[in-house]
Amino acid sequence: MKRWTTAMLAFVGLMAIWEWLVRAGVWSPVLVPSPVDVGKYLVASIQDKTLIEACYVTLKRLMLGYAVGLGFGLPLGLLTARFKFFKDTLGLLALGFQTLPSVCWAPLALLWFGQTETAMFFIVIMGSIWSITLAADAGVRNVPPIYSRAAQTMGSRGLHTWFKVILPASLPFIVSGMKQGWAFAWRSLMAAEIYITILTGFGLGHLLHYGRELHAMDTVIGIMIVIVIIGLLTDKILFSPFERFLHRRWGTGK
Amino acid sequence: MTLSDELRNEPPEKLLVECVSKTFQARSGTLLALENISLNVREGEFVCLVGPSGCGKSTLLNIIAGLDSPDTGRVLADGEPVTGPGRERMVMFQESSLFPWLDVFDNVMFGLKLNPRLSREGRRKVALFFLKLVGLEKFIHANIHELSGGMKQRVALARALAPNPRVLLMDEPFGALDAMTREQLYGDIQEIWAKRRKTIMFVTHNVREAVCLGDRVMLFSPHPGRIQEQFEIKLPRPRDINSVELAKYSTEITRTLKRHLIPEFSEVSE
Repeated sequence: MKRWTTAMLAFVGLMAIWEWLVRAGVWSPVLVPSPVDVGKYLVASIQDKTLIEACYVTLKRLMLGYAVGLGFGLPLGLLTARFKFFKDTLGLLALGFQTLPSVCWAPLALLWFGQTETAMFFIVIMGSIWSITLAADAGVRNVPPIYSRAAQTMGSRGLHTWFKVILPASLPFIVSGMKQGWAFAWRSLMAAEIYITILTGFGLGHLLHYGRELHAMDTVIGIMIVIVIIGLLTDKILFSPFERFLHRRWGTGK
Repeated sequence: MTLSDELRNEPPEKLLVECVSKTFQARSGTLLALENISLNVREGEFVCLVGPSGCGKSTLLNIIAGLDSPDTGRVLADGEPVTGPGRERMVMFQESSLFPWLDVFDNVMFGLKLNPRLSREGRRKVALFFLKLVGLEKFIHANIHELSGGMKQRVALARALAPNPRVLLMDEPFGALDAMTREQLYGDIQEIWAKRRKTIMFVTHNVREAVCLGDRVMLFSPHPGRIQEQFEIKLPRPRDINSVELAKYSTEITRTLKRHLIPEFSEVSE
């Protein structure tokens, strides 16, 4: 609790300095709005529901795209880990696509799917799937062979070994891969929303884009703060419990 | 069948290894790991395989376990050829093979859950029984990384005993432990062996350890792996590793081991 309070005080102090810099005229309010202005924008946009809706639209795209990316990425990773042929083909492809910045999929998605939700999903999936595949592959490869040998002597075979030994043994890798996949999905969705204007829903990226178009710096910075907060929250809510469990069981971390 | 065969009253053969050879493809060429190994282990017998590192004793143990297959020859367990790993021959490995994603209790439960004949309650009881047997009833819900090396190997022993195997194959299980812990475990394993009457095959490079535990000690020499000699250890149990009689045996065996070892050293099989 004490740590929390001191951290809070530090942030409040930072905002006070920011406010002072704007008021004193060191920073032009045209380029840097004061925290009070940003706060006003956020309150107003929550009241007229634009921010809430944008968050909803963005998170829905992210969740669905990520779920699909996870659903395909994980089995693909197991496939590349198990079969040499898939390692040499799909594995190489995954490695290549993972290095491709996911916004590079945007032109293709636009041409294939037009200005639709599908184009958005496509970009999110392409952003997340490869790092999950690679992590699952690395996870399985790093499982000490002694685990499956020990399991075999106890009568475990085939799928049982895969689900009860190899998958849980590679969990630390898989979870960090899932986290990375999430980060990539989040980045690619923001890029896609800024880049592609679609009429079926305004996401946070669109708000950011229009903030720029209208030169509304309070919007731009307000939305950026919201994006940061969402990133932090997903990390704390989605992945932290997982990681804490892994640290406790494996005895890693502090 | 001769008259002497008829009159013999020995326990039945539990394990029979017949002319087993195994080669490995190494970078430098083909390595003959085991050459023409034949041995038998009687029901309830405690047999130790002793030899220097890399003499193929672990390979032999893996073949008996069914985790590896021999190039030539075969292994019979109760007269049946071994074709793969199975619950009736449990292995306790040299490094900790416990599953870090499960706690102590669930590690012991792993093999039990694969036994369809037991009820859920039965499995729990069996797991608790063996955890008590190795003296870890207070740690059933501990995580593996929280245990000391000796405790880990106790869990591994409980896990290997729980599915009630007829044969226990132990691959240098105490190699990584400190001397104090090891001595304690020698006592424990002798006690458990006396209580549960398992057939045990124990691999080690420590001659004293082998003499302390085994009814019979088989001497392995490397390049290629061969059984050079066998020693019956006729000492009363439970044995103390620090006793003088035990030291006499181990001195003799060590001397023999060295005699076999030194001329073999220069010889490299291609």
